[in-house]
Amino acid sequence: MWISKCLIALIRFVIGATARWESPPDLSRQRIYFANHTSHMDTLVVIAALPPEARRDVKPIAAADYWGKNRFLSYISQNVLNAVLIERHPAPGQNALEPVFEAVRAGHSIIIFPEGTRSTRPLPGEFKSGLYRLHQSFPDVDLVPIYLENLHRSMPKGKHVPLPILCTIRIGNPLNIQAGEDKQAFLQRAREAIVRLSK
Amino acid sequence: MSLDQKFLWLFGAMGGLLAFASITGWLVARRARSEGAIATAQNLRQRINAWWGMLIILFLSQLLGSTATVVLYGFISLFALREFITLAPTARSDHNALFSAFFILIPLQYTLIGTHWYSMFTLLIPVYAFLLLPAIAVLSGDTDAFLERSAKIQWGVMICVYCISHAPALLLLDLQGFEGQNALLLFYLVFVVQISDVLQYVFGKLFGKHKVAPRVSPSKTVEGLIGGGLSATLIGGCMFWITPFSFVESLLMSLVIVVMGFLGGLVMSAIKRSLSAKDWGTMIKGHGGMLDRMDSVCFAAPIFFHMTRYFFSV
Repeated sequence: MWISKCLIALIRFVIGATARWESPPDLSRQRIYFANHTSHMDTLVVIAALPPEARRDVKPIAAADYWGKNRFLSYISQNVLNAVLIERHPAPGQNALEPVFEAVRAGHSIIIFPEGTRSTRPLPGEFKSGLYRLHQSFPDVDLVPIYLENLHRSMPKGKHVPLPILCTIRIGNPLNIQAGEDKQAFLQRAREAIVRLSK
Repeated sequence: MSLDQKFLWLFGAMGGLLAFASITGWLVARRARSEGAIATAQNLRQRINAWWGMLIILFLSQLLGSTATVVLYGFISLFALREFITLAPTARSDHNALFSAFFILIPLQYTLIGTHWYSMFTLLIPVYAFLLLPAIAVLSGDTDAFLERSAKIQWGVMICVYCISHAPALLLLDLQGFEGQNALLLFYLVFVVQISDVLQYVFGKLFGKHKVAPRVSPSKTVEGLIGGGLSATLIGGCMFWITPFSFVESLLMSLVIVVMGFLGGLVMSAIKRSLSAKDWGTMIKGHGGMLDRMDSVCFAAPIFFHMTRYFFSV
């Protein structure tokens, strides 16, 4: 779609957004990309880093309270980013991640920010349990860590204009599967995979 | 010879020179056997290809006229400052100061050149930006490493915007008997700086033994500096026919450009190393970043500008 091509070209022009893969990716497999989250550009930047053939069936997970805030943002999230919107504060008894499960069940790769909100620090904070639940339900889907470098400098939380600072997207190898790992250990290991990419 | 004819000759000669370089690069690649030689040959080929790109961009901007040239240097400043700030860590509280530097100062500085407002062009950054950038930063209330943060932004803006802008500023000098031909002077500056870099690289690769400053820039050698620097000075001297200078004057001007270019390369390399990086960026394949290519111009342009203005302007 031409709007997404323009947005990606603009982002590339301003912040570079070069992708560095730890090793050549196997894009034939379904993948869950998870990244640290520091700016509103993160979703677009990850999409820009993926090869065009991988962009088509990848769906980023985005917060409904931000991306559904007005008609412009909801147009962009629906038609340009192809996002799955979720409620960050669901009503009691409602499973906020249900739309995400649906997308994975349908065979889509997804992009998720497991901290659940933007951080002001370069390294990710504690992960919410969503990533663990996805891994439990879909153990065959590859979990791919991504470190977004410098995005917290280009457009930190609370600022609305991106600065032209060169940003790099470091995409790691999929996590190993470890049988019988508990939630805390898994989330810790997933977080460390991102921290390792930052070095 | 008319101005257009001179430019046609110059770009034709550059094209010939690069064609020669491309053929040499191809021969070097064919003869390369060891792993090191193959890597050097590949880097050489990338460098030469990048030179073709740069020559084409310079040619197009010349074709489109002086406004296009000024805009081109505006973008060069933007890319250079982007690399500088990317490597020099600033804080979240510098966001507004950096916003002003990127989106207000750069367009303003180049507009001043485009509108021939000389006095404001020389004052905007050393006076107004020098004082206002830290003033904008202080409003955020963050005093952590305030001096270091301010200094980084001021240095970046001085080098990447102020210094580089002195190259296209050559277009606004009024030189005796040289009216309407200033674009040639800009070509002269860029040509002498870059041919000096290239010849220092070539002499260094062929005869280099003794390192000039091993800790700052391991690739610079005494043999490269002297051989490349002197031949670049001589070539620059012989280019006097596109300048308002006589042969001897042109020789001296070229010497100044070569020396300042060398010092620029050294200082920018030291900054790069103090920020623990090898290259400024990856924009220009084979060369590194924009600043890796512009470091010598940063130092040579302001001095060349002011010497020309002092001795030759009406």
